[in-house]
Amino acid sequence: MTEILKRNKALSVSPLKASQPVGGSLATLGFNRAMPMLHGSQGCTAFAKVFFVRHFREPIPLQSTAMDQSSSVLGADENVVEGIKTIAEKSRPALITILTTGLAETQGADVHRNVREFREANPEFDDVAVVAVNTPDFTGSVETGYAATLTEIIRALVPDAKDAGTQPGRRRRQVNVLVSYMLTPGDLEALRDIFEQFQLRPVFVPDLSDSLDGCLTEDDFSPVTIGGTLLSEMATLGDALATVVIGASLKKAAELLEQKTGVPTHAFDHLYGLHANDKLISALNEISGMDVPERIERQRAQLQDAMLDTHFMLGQLRIAIAADADLLHAFAAQVQEMGAEVVAAVTSCNTPQLSRIPVASIKIGDLEDMELIGKAQNAQLVIGNSHAVDSAERLGAPILRAGFPLYDIIGGYQKTWIGYRGSRQTLFDLANLVINHAHEEIPVYRSVYAQKPAHELTEYPQPCH
Amino acid sequence: MKSTKDIAELLDEPSCEHNKKEKSGCAKPKPGASAGGCAFDGAQIALLPIADVAHIVHGPIACAGSSWDNRGTRSSGASLYRIGMTTDLTEQDIVMGRAEKRLFHAIKQAVETYQPPAVFIYNTCVPALIGDDIGAVCRSAEERWGVPVVPIDSAGFYGTKNLGNRIAGDAMFKYVVGTRDPDPLPLSAQRTDIKIHDVNLVGEYNIAGEFWHVLPLFDELGLRILCTLSGDARFREVQTMHKAEVNMMVCSKAMLNVARKLNEKYGTPWFEGSFYGITDTSQALRDFAKAIGDPDLTERTERLIEREEARIRAELAPWKERLKGKRVLLFTGGVKSWSVISALQDLGMVVVATGTKKSTEEDKARIRELMGEDTLMIEDGSPKALIKIVHDYKADILIAGGRNMYTALKAKIPFLDINQEREFGYEGYQGMLELVRQLALTMESPVWPSVRAPAPWKKAKEAA
Repeated sequence: MTEILKRNKALSVSPLKASQPVGGSLATLGFNRAMPMLHGSQGCTAFAKVFFVRHFREPIPLQSTAMDQSSSVLGADENVVEGIKTIAEKSRPALITILTTGLAETQGADVHRNVREFREANPEFDDVAVVAVNTPDFTGSVETGYAATLTEIIRALVPDAKDAGTQPGRRRRQVNVLVSYMLTPGDLEALRDIFEQFQLRPVFVPDLSDSLDGCLTEDDFSPVTIGGTLLSEMATLGDALATVVIGASLKKAAELLEQKTGVPTHAFDHLYGLHANDKLISALNEISGMDVPERIERQRAQLQDAMLDTHFMLGQLRIAIAADADLLHAFAAQVQEMGAEVVAAVTSCNTPQLSRIPVASIKIGDLEDMELIGKAQNAQLVIGNSHAVDSAERLGAPILRAGFPLYDIIGGYQKTWIGYRGSRQTLFDLANLVINHAHEEIPVYRSVYAQKPAHELTEYPQPCH
Repeated sequence: MKSTKDIAELLDEPSCEHNKKEKSGCAKPKPGASAGGCAFDGAQIALLPIADVAHIVHGPIACAGSSWDNRGTRSSGASLYRIGMTTDLTEQDIVMGRAEKRLFHAIKQAVETYQPPAVFIYNTCVPALIGDDIGAVCRSAEERWGVPVVPIDSAGFYGTKNLGNRIAGDAMFKYVVGTRDPDPLPLSAQRTDIKIHDVNLVGEYNIAGEFWHVLPLFDELGLRILCTLSGDARFREVQTMHKAEVNMMVCSKAMLNVARKLNEKYGTPWFEGSFYGITDTSQALRDFAKAIGDPDLTERTERLIEREEARIRAELAPWKERLKGKRVLLFTGGVKSWSVISALQDLGMVVVATGTKKSTEEDKARIRELMGEDTLMIEDGSPKALIKIVHDYKADILIAGGRNMYTALKAKIPFLDINQEREFGYEGYQGMLELVRQLALTMESPVWPSVRAPAPWKKAKEAA
């Protein structure tokens, strides 16, 4: 049983947490021609935008209801309606999400009513989907905000089977894939490749590999996302053969999708390491009715080989991990599969999924907590985002950068962690960090009787007696 | 929460030329079509460079969580400013009214863990809305823990980034400036041959350490900078700002209220200037000498300018050949427009258009003087409009803030970042060398034809 250690200090120092509106925005950005709008003051949007721009190095569509003093006090219903209308007029996107902030929620906003009012007053924008989500930043984290937004998008855009007449398995090669915020665009590309080797057609919901993969297009500029899950695909989810869900944080979204469509769900906590990928490949083998392709067998054998090569460096390695629940789960499982010890596991907020993570205890806290526990436990390696680099330095340990945000490296968003191949690369990266980092050596001892050359004797003083 | 009256007072800045028109700081933001930060953003940007202070953001996670450790400003020593601190308010705190209590204990924790010389508390939207009295919490915490605790009431919904800058400046003036006299000159720095004068810089942020290009010149001239508000500053420096002989407003009207109030209360004269470009750097040094009125300083300043200008012009000569006649679209706010124009003209480049959204009438007049009457002044800064102007005016490069970097790159346009997030320092004579290097690096890069041309098989198809 995992022990959950709750937050016990007043001040959060070197925060690990990113907010729910950030997560909601990220989920929205995985849909085609989409625009997230945060219901709050301008800064809420500006900060989230900078956060994404530094991570993805891409222009990021993100809008604000721009609450000011009077609308904060007297009510900001008009801001929401006017904001939706302005975006719809200017950019005619396929999807607008309204994501609340702490400010809007504290003030008592009812964005769902606002959306209804907008709908009634503006039938000319019926082709623009508008989804409102409660994502205040005083609760949850980027992970829960992402999951909540995905759930609401499914609720709004996937029709019930009985109304739409969808039928599980009618599209015989289609598999719906719900993916957690922890999968990078690089991960999604690799995952698509795995599905296609089983001659399956994956529909990713959402699909950041098509919108934030760092791709130069012919068009100079677009005010909305230029790729991602097509909204028209949402109506086809009910015809799929199966739904694959990656990340325990998406439990509710997955349940809702199955309830609406009747398409059977195959849930996976993550795709890091041998065992997790064995489960996925077995499931695809079953879903597709196809033998496991030779190339995948080969990649599995390559991962096994890497496990042998790297177990010398990773066995008994004392690792500190700071990440949101899904990612923490993935890394904890993979490094423990290699015989490493997770001596510090820190996450940003409490979620029901934490108890599934196979570590003795999890601290809900910040990077200072990670640093303190890591120090007490003599951690030898850190896994965390770019903010954790300074903490790792103070711990004197190397860091494997992972999660959000990654702003001090280029291309972090494109790294592939999942599958046999991604897992193999993670093992190499971890082992290299260990090899290249000065580790404890046996202190030199120079005998008082030694016959070393004279200059060595003067350069290195003799031990005192 | 600040009252509407407090905010109106901050917006009413008699020394600002904008003041005549509207009192909203900048244009009212439009829901669904707005860009830019909030008052908290502005306050934090203005003060975070004070390196030894514990900066605590009082609010739920979004305010600090997405913004800490997010600036290019450099410190020569203390690094506490790089550690993000927030009360990370939860729903319980807000509903049960425990936010003030959490703040009080948070201050205690910061003081005990890091022993800072002072703690700054940034108020944000949610606690402002629920009516937390951060002033009272700061007072009792200060009394209890014996460390200055400064409230900066900067809820995002009060207004723009610009207003936040003023709130920050106001808090410094009200709570910090004048609480300590400057140290005597260190023995090692005392000189018998010249008189040392004390000055301040307001609005200098030491981005990428760029002020260190200029600081040695101040040392040489015998100008002691009591404080730069706020690049590489320390709390004890801010305390002594009232004792300067003259203040320079660097490149920005953002904290104009500080210079004006220092003038009203202590009679300190101030002038506006910039360290971008050879002409402006020399002018700033001259203006110090002029304001101080020490003939010996004036003479030494002229000698230094002559020497430095000759040196840098020689070093720039080969670069000027490469950059001469290149066309620039400059899109940046306010005073920066004219100061950067002069730097680019020093290099023989042609500025074809410039953004003036945040510029005052006076700024615009200055731009006209520099660039001629038919200069295009851009009010619409949308990405689409900028790209169009680049094409229409055949600009070779877009110089703008980081926010526009990916706009330019996606449109395959060479780009130079001029705002606070940048990684290179351009100030002073020496900074010009870095500027030309970066300009040439992007404009002369071999990648542009590669990314603009279609794939070879597509070319063949088009020809057929």
